[in-house]
Amino acid sequence: MSALVQLKNVSKTFDVSAPWLNRVIERKPQTFLHAVSEVSFNINRGETLALVGESGCGKSTVARLTVGLYETSTGQVIIDGHDMKASNQGTDAARAMRRKVQMIFQDPYASLNPRWRVADIVAEPIRTHTLIPDGPQLDKRVAELLGLVKLTAKDGEKYPHQFSGGQRQRISIARALASNPEFLICDEPTSALDVSVQAQVLNLMKDLQREMGLTYLFISHNLQVVHHIADRVGVMYLGRIVEIGDKDEVFGAPKHPYTRMLLDAIPDLHMTGKARTPVAGEVPNPLNPPSGCAFNPRCPKKFEPCDKTRPQLVSFAGRQVACHAATG
Amino acid sequence: MEAISRFFDGDVWWSFKRSPVTVIAAILAVICILGAVLAPVLAPHNPYDLAEISLLDSNLPPAWEATGNSKFLLGTDQQGRDILSTIMYGSRVSLLVAVCAVGMSIIMGVSLGLVAGYVGGRVDSLIMRIADIQLTFPAILVALLISGIGRQFVPRDMQDAIAIYVIIFSIGLTGWVKYARTVRGSTLVEKSKEYVQAARVIGVSQARIMFSHVLPNVLGPVLVVATLNIAEAIIAEATLSFLGVGMPPTQPSLGTLISEGQNYLFSGEWWITIFPGIALIVMVISVNLVGDWLRDALNPKLR
Repeated sequence: MSALVQLKNVSKTFDVSAPWLNRVIERKPQTFLHAVSEVSFNINRGETLALVGESGCGKSTVARLTVGLYETSTGQVIIDGHDMKASNQGTDAARAMRRKVQMIFQDPYASLNPRWRVADIVAEPIRTHTLIPDGPQLDKRVAELLGLVKLTAKDGEKYPHQFSGGQRQRISIARALASNPEFLICDEPTSALDVSVQAQVLNLMKDLQREMGLTYLFISHNLQVVHHIADRVGVMYLGRIVEIGDKDEVFGAPKHPYTRMLLDAIPDLHMTGKARTPVAGEVPNPLNPPSGCAFNPRCPKKFEPCDKTRPQLVSFAGRQVACHAATG
Repeated sequence: MEAISRFFDGDVWWSFKRSPVTVIAAILAVICILGAVLAPVLAPHNPYDLAEISLLDSNLPPAWEATGNSKFLLGTDQQGRDILSTIMYGSRVSLLVAVCAVGMSIIMGVSLGLVAGYVGGRVDSLIMRIADIQLTFPAILVALLISGIGRQFVPRDMQDAIAIYVIIFSIGLTGWVKYARTVRGSTLVEKSKEYVQAARVIGVSQARIMFSHVLPNVLGPVLVVATLNIAEAIIAEATLSFLGVGMPPTQPSLGTLISEGQNYLFSGEWWITIFPGIALIVMVISVNLVGDWLRDALNPKLR
């Protein structure tokens, strides 16, 4: 299998300095937020890679970098052999890339324009890329797309506010599929939905993946959702990937203490009544990250080198881990 | 048809019916507007047709006074023109100026605000600083300057003909800041919403995102500001005309009528200035009340 999506040492830094005048008067230095640091991974065609981590660990930033909403500070995002940096340049090749990569957003209440009819929302990618001319053919395609996500053609005449959260998320999926993409980035697509509706949307996404050979980058903080949908899992902490590998390996035998902590915190019906182990401590301030391994202030296995040198990702069977304490 | 029936079932119509003050104000506003727009049809006389006016009828008091003439309900002015008719023709000019000026403010303000909010950065700073500077001058002063200076550049015999354009321009120019600020604020909110990002991911061009996605979603507050702004523009026009830099006596607006009539106030002909004044007050207050109600009715937090 060939890698459809490659991230090579991608970093994103945001300038969060005070305005220039304040800096000059108050002698404040420029401050940068390292949202994502040196993230590399490949996603093979037809595969689902899930990124998990606490809020603020940079997983949504990775999603936005991958889709080209943000430009990388350093590193490259390569999709199907093309650098995503070129995707905003308005050339024909750039437009073709835009067509291949689509995104499903977190909040189904904000991701659909409230003043547009659903049919127009779903048809927008088709019209933008002039895939099908306006007319009965386009109407047929829109009806077909709505059918794919278990809505009827008649729903196309309604406005987004007439739908529930789960239905809206399905409209989002229909819109994302409209331009026949190969790669979908899903930024917490189910976290705003009820548990029962979550399963519906996830199963729909799995079915679509099977039918159309889609590739997913799935961002979530919900480990059970990830376990359900992913083939491979990457765990992020403070802008870096700390463990990445096959779902069963990572979930079955986590090697990074942070992965273990996350897994221990999952509520489980079989353990009702028992106290769960909460993830200890707070995420450090990303403006001022700890030295060495970013996880060392919270780590139960902390030892000599942890606060001095940053561990590199090291390969083990079926996975890569960045931890000094990890052993084969 | 569906849209109309939905409107009458909706919250806005319901809150309209519930507020008697608004209903009365709306009726008055509609009467003022109809009276102005249909002046050539409805007015009892044409005060600007020299064949119809007679100096013998000059300075007649309102019809109910002892020396009044039932032909002239609200009396006549010093040239024998029917006051009621001049008021109707005058409101026509006042309304025309106000609507055009507000239209110009909306076009300027909405587009500049949209660009400022959407593009951001230096463009935003530049546009909004200009707006701030504009705000430090009282609107009436700017309008006075423009109309005062503007007419120096045209020959004297053309001044009356272009007066209406100068006044529309000067009132319109002073009004755009409010729209720019309102629209910029809403644009900043809308811009960060995910549907705008979704459009970017799809590959929609920036200009298209601005006009077909963001613009329809920021126009709601503009309607409210515009209604209130109409009343302000009517007043601004009346003020300028009263001060002598507005509409000329050959095309009088309400302000011109009040200004001319006040010369006769102390010689006893009070009706020449008082009735146009009352008409102005009724028009402004009713439009303002409707605007106030609209602001509350469209504010989801007050529902």
